[in-house]
Amino acid sequence: MIIRILGEGQLRVDDSALSELNELDARLGAAVEGSDEAAFTAALAALLGRVRAIGAPTEPADLEPSALILPQADATMDDVRGLLTDDGLIPG
Amino acid sequence: MYEGMIAPMGVMKRVSLVFKSKANKALDRMEDPRETLDYSYQTQLELLQKVRRGVADVATSRKRVELQINQLQQSSDKLDRQARDSLSAGREDLAREALVRKSGTTSQMNDLNVQYASLQGEEEKLTNASQRLQAKVDAFRTRKETIKATYTAAEAQTRINEAFTGISEEMGDVGMAIQRAEDKTEQMKARAGAIDELMASGALDDVVSGPRDDIQAELDRMGATHGVDHELERIKAELDQGSAPRQIEGTGAAGEAQPAAPAQPATAAQVADQPRTGDPQ
Repeated sequence: MIIRILGEGQLRVDDSALSELNELDARLGAAVEGSDEAAFTAALAALLGRVRAIGAPTEPADLEPSALILPQADATMDDVRGLLTDDGLIPG
Repeated sequence: MYEGMIAPMGVMKRVSLVFKSKANKALDRMEDPRETLDYSYQTQLELLQKVRRGVADVATSRKRVELQINQLQQSSDKLDRQARDSLSAGREDLAREALVRKSGTTSQMNDLNVQYASLQGEEEKLTNASQRLQAKVDAFRTRKETIKATYTAAEAQTRINEAFTGISEEMGDVGMAIQRAEDKTEQMKARAGAIDELMASGALDDVVSGPRDDIQAELDRMGATHGVDHELERIKAELDQGSAPRQIEGTGAAGEAQPAAPAQPATAAQVADQPRTGDPQ
């Protein structure tokens, strides 16, 4: 599957990594829900670190949409909340 | 695989769905699929231009911060020299004042260095984003021509949707990157402008070199005083050699100046010129 890290581009990640990534993602979601800044920062760093470690960059000319999209490395909790709403950060 | 997901859908999936929903809405607004291709391509080219302008704007801001860092560095070096000069002149009070001001420039420089690194990071991110987008726009153009040439309108729809969704995601990503870079450069511009204004207003002249640099003035005054004293001593020494009776003063210093004269014949000769050039004034 293809995962995009906002601001960095797309990475191809083996499907077998999904449950592991979902666990990290759940921590990120919980941190945002609980407005826990420290937990949020740690969870985002862990998730991004893992995806970067196991992912391989896609061909730049590849037009395939991503299955999953991750916030940029310096995203704040507010940024993430913005990404989760239809009229939030994403232009268009 | 999804057994752990009792909680609501994960962040990653939700973000990707928001992206897809934006792309779908845009697609729904288009009536003719082929028109979608051309219209989208135009939008892509515009975004490419925008991201390139973004790179240039960030670079300009970065250079401005760099210039200010250099100016502050010069001030810091100068204050450091002044502190040393003051100390060797026995003026610890002046040295302390110079060092206090130096620490002010140092903290400003530290702040600007952080800004500089941040702008450098933005510049690099935007440059990469611009390259990624360029590759996708090129791919889209090729795909667009193929779709137009090969498929009927009905067949084309699916392929157009794929290409459109893929490039929309990239455009959304780049669009946000541009926005973040713009926000950052705006903040930097405001701060850089404030520092420039302070420099222009003279409010920073106490820290930076400028017309009201009183430490330097004090050092100059001390230096000048020292020079005058020295000169007086030399003139007195020359007059008291006895062979130059043109002046009537200088009797008081006779005892001290006389012994030095034989040891420094060159000095005496040089000094001998001075009363002469001074006479007509």
